Amino acid sequence: MTSDKQVLNSSLDKVMLINNLCKSFGDRHILINFNLELIRGESVVVLGKSGSGKSVLIKCVIGLLRPDKGSIKIFGKNIPDLNHDELDQVRAKIGFLFQSNALYDSMTVRENLEFPLRRHWIEVSQEEVDKMVEDALEDVGLRHTIDMMPVELSGGMRKRVALARTLILKPEIILYDEPTTGLDTITSKEIIELMIEIQEKYNTSSLIISHDMNCVRMASDRVVMLMDGRCYANDTYENLIKSEDPKIKMFFE
Amino acid sequence: MSLRSDFTAFLNGNGELFSFSLRFFRHGLNPPFEFAEFIKQCYVIGYKSLPLIGLTAFIMGIVLTMQLRPSMADYGVESQLPAIVAIAVVREVGPVITALIFAGKIGSSIGAELGSMKVTEQIDAMEVSGTNPFKYLVVTRVLACTLMLPVLVMLGDAISLYGAYLGVNIHTNTSFNLFWTQVFDNLVFGDVLPAFIKSFFFGFAVGIIGCYKGYNSSRGTEGVGLSANSAVVVSSVMIFIIDLLAVQVTNIFDY
Repeated sequence: MTSDKQVLNSSLDKVMLINNLCKSFGDRHILINFNLELIRGESVVVLGKSGSGKSVLIKCVIGLLRPDKGSIKIFGKNIPDLNHDELDQVRAKIGFLFQSNALYDSMTVRENLEFPLRRHWIEVSQEEVDKMVEDALEDVGLRHTIDMMPVELSGGMRKRVALARTLILKPEIILYDEPTTGLDTITSKEIIELMIEIQEKYNTSSLIISHDMNCVRMASDRVVMLMDGRCYANDTYENLIKSEDPKIKMFFE
Repeated sequence: MSLRSDFTAFLNGNGELFSFSLRFFRHGLNPPFEFAEFIKQCYVIGYKSLPLIGLTAFIMGIVLTMQLRPSMADYGVESQLPAIVAIAVVREVGPVITALIFAGKIGSSIGAELGSMKVTEQIDAMEVSGTNPFKYLVVTRVLACTLMLPVLVMLGDAISLYGAYLGVNIHTNTSFNLFWTQVFDNLVFGDVLPAFIKSFFFGFAVGIIGCYKGYNSSRGTEGVGLSANSAVVVSSVMIFIIDLLAVQVTNIFDY
């Protein structure tokens, strides 16, 4: 977690700006005029109940889903307007940690980490690739798993390897989709600490989707509460916990 | 009412499969091409299927010969056994049985693999990593199936005829040279070519249906099982439909 001072200093540098985002599936309105901004070096947690549209939001941000209306500007570029190549260029600056980790089962840990590198940076040499893979695994403390298959790793290790894969391209923004889901309390805490450590080391901005209150408390500079498709509250964890609003209190009880 | 909705769902499914096939041609013809993945898939789909195809073809050759022999002996044409078996294997039994086994092994494995990748977000992860997952996963597998099945059919036919040679020799003493002379004297170009051509269509059907079922998998792990299962069932039915059409076309050209 970055200090308040750091966030204040870089307050003008908005890396992500979401305006009036709407997304529906048939008659189900998932996101209704949703707004959010993310400042360089900041960590924002989007908090909401299961099925509230958090994952839809993050998939719209990375361009996996196309919003019905509204804009998602990342580094000044509106994601829904970009063509495939332009979108790939923006995606190269964004890391995405999937809820299910999404490690490729048929590839070793090394190949999993090499995959995005080879795809985005075609001209990079094998020596450089090896060094980057080893460094990324070193960052998550799993250098020894380099030649293992994902199936041989525990849940927490898989999450760390997935995090290493998001780090390999040195992203400026990291999107976390429920990073602690399915993990025990101790492993969850380790993953959250690792996320904070990575953010401080690389000065990345983080957009974290979660309903884990430990994650919200430890990793957030700011919390955005998503309720019925809209942004219900947008404040720090410390302020929200003092709120008397019953809908907000419900999350902190 | 249920019958009507089932029929509508059937037509919708066919429409989606057709649209998926068009997407294959659109992506497959436009560079960049995923050569490394294509070669890997050729190895997995072609080479790794050879032992199973070879074994079943060998057994099929023996069994077909032994089943035909009594009837042919009754008509006094037992000496024509190698010729009849060769024509049956090359024109029909070889391509269809090989394609059905191929559908069981490869169609189900593609359906399950892509289905599991879909439900565990691996396909999304691929897209985020700057890769066109359709090109990387679907185009390579469908092309590998289309090109490898004809090769497997040819090899399977040859192995089957070796089985037939063994089958003939269980009851009679036929020399190796005599057997193969009878086989090649009675096989004509018109027996081999239509069978070879239809194998490409069989391969394409197995590949595209396996990929379609896997790529559109839903409902978690249950959906993965359903994708694998329906990939085999639909591609097996499709093999017979293509075979029926192929024989009509072959007859038009008088082969």
